[in-house]
Amino acid sequence: MMLVAARNLNTAYAFFERNWNLTRRYFGWEVVWFVYSVVNALTILFIAAATERITGQTVDTRFFVLYLLIGTTMWSYLSAVFDVVAETIAWERWEGTIEYTLMAPVPRFLHLLGTCCYAVTYAVARAVLIFAVVAMMFQVDLHMANPLTALVVIAVGSVSVIGLAMVAAVLPLLFTERGAQMTFVIHSSLLLISGVYAPVDVLPTWLQVLSPLSPMTYVLHAVRAGLLEGAPPGAVVGDLAILAVMGVALVPAGLLVFRAAERYARRTGRLKRSG
Amino acid sequence: MIATFQLAQSSNVGQVSLLGQSALALHDVTKSFDGRPMLRLPWRARPAERRVVAIDNVSLNVRRGEIFGVLGANGSGKSTLVRLVSTLLLPDGGKLEVFGLDVVREELRVKQMINRVSVDAAFFKKLSPMENLLYAGRLYGLGARESHERGLDILDRLGISKKVALAPMEHMSRGMQQKVAVSRALLTSPVLLLLDEPTTGLDPRSKKDVQRMVLSLRDEHDATVVLTTHDMDEADRMCDRVAVLDRGRIIALDTPDHLKQAGGSMEDVFMRLTHEEEEAA
Repeated sequence: MMLVAARNLNTAYAFFERNWNLTRRYFGWEVVWFVYSVVNALTILFIAAATERITGQTVDTRFFVLYLLIGTTMWSYLSAVFDVVAETIAWERWEGTIEYTLMAPVPRFLHLLGTCCYAVTYAVARAVLIFAVVAMMFQVDLHMANPLTALVVIAVGSVSVIGLAMVAAVLPLLFTERGAQMTFVIHSSLLLISGVYAPVDVLPTWLQVLSPLSPMTYVLHAVRAGLLEGAPPGAVVGDLAILAVMGVALVPAGLLVFRAAERYARRTGRLKRSG
Repeated sequence: MIATFQLAQSSNVGQVSLLGQSALALHDVTKSFDGRPMLRLPWRARPAERRVVAIDNVSLNVRRGEIFGVLGANGSGKSTLVRLVSTLLLPDGGKLEVFGLDVVREELRVKQMINRVSVDAAFFKKLSPMENLLYAGRLYGLGARESHERGLDILDRLGISKKVALAPMEHMSRGMQQKVAVSRALLTSPVLLLLDEPTTGLDPRSKKDVQRMVLSLRDEHDATVVLTTHDMDEADRMCDRVAVLDRGRIIALDTPDHLKQAGGSMEDVFMRLTHEEEEAA
């Protein structure tokens, strides 16, 4: 039993280690991407900083800056998790290794487990760095924050984001030429409907209907409650419960959808390096 | 002789008796593709059905320890055959068995026994050969230390120094990359090795190195090899038996010597066989 567990761990670790090696080898790209994310976050936060001057109205600038900083940081974290998992196949197709990886004796569950563990580790490191750099520039006031609430919400919420990303990962499997771009549509739709930079109730009614379908909506709502209002984990139990249910449903669903898509791809000859 | 082969590092395959079994058996296997896109925009006309029969009712038996050649023109179905055995494609009909295991129903156990080298060396090119081998080793159940030691040894035997083994692969020549692909296959100790045009585009020296490794794999590691190639001389020298595919069907299957009995080289035999089929069609 222990031996089987150790072997499975070794197999799942193959994907973690490979992705880590790729991150190291593409370090220049990581730096560029990090700078882009920091500049992007700063641009958004300067809008908050300048709101009083732009509108001529009195605004709680510190609160507004923190509100948007949570949005940009959480979006950076969640989108990094989503991207790494959703690009599981796209990256393999790009490198030309898809056939080799998918003919290896690896249960798909272990393949995705290794990929997801790396996605979360990578995304946490990246989001913490972005938060640190941006927070330094704006002297963010966190005296009210309850970091425990944020950590619990992120831990529970990540599971459902992973499940959603698994579903998105089948697009490059099914659509050999444009599948990767299709995941961007899901990605940007989540940005729009999840309340990343503004409360979801400012959206048009027809878009508000979609907001409850995104796990990111609950993650952002609960993290903001913890960091802006100091809410303890017990105060966001409603969001946590929904996220837990979504996680329990989305991960097996993602795995099932992935397996079904892989079978379809094997039947129709889509498991190849190019379109 | 090896009575039983302990499938290396497999978590769930147990032991499979290899004695007295054919390494690979195909029974009436068929595979076809339709060229229709998965989604069609409603204002676009429905494309005409373009069904291509890639493998047409193929049956064959590859004996254990054999180097079995598959010859055929471009588009004859060679690569489809290899991809079916590799579990990358599902057959439309018929049955494929690797050492008695059904390729579709016992996919994971079959995957543990096989490996493949294709015409394009598929690697993470930014990673070093060693990092690629480490990844492959873990996928096949090897630990980091074992992969590292065995990997360096195999690479060294193929003339790849430790320094080169630790540098990114993107600057390596195609011949060198193909040698790393062969090393990767050897690392996982496959009992059935599928080689899909492994020497295409290689210079004569690299080609000889790869061919030497394939022969040693069969002779020293008791592996069975299925080799697709366009190089008739290679097929003649290396293969115990050869099947010639044309439009997805086997039109000849015999030893190179028997095929050449009617006179001429393997190339002459190939030209004659495929020309006859063309005329008959």
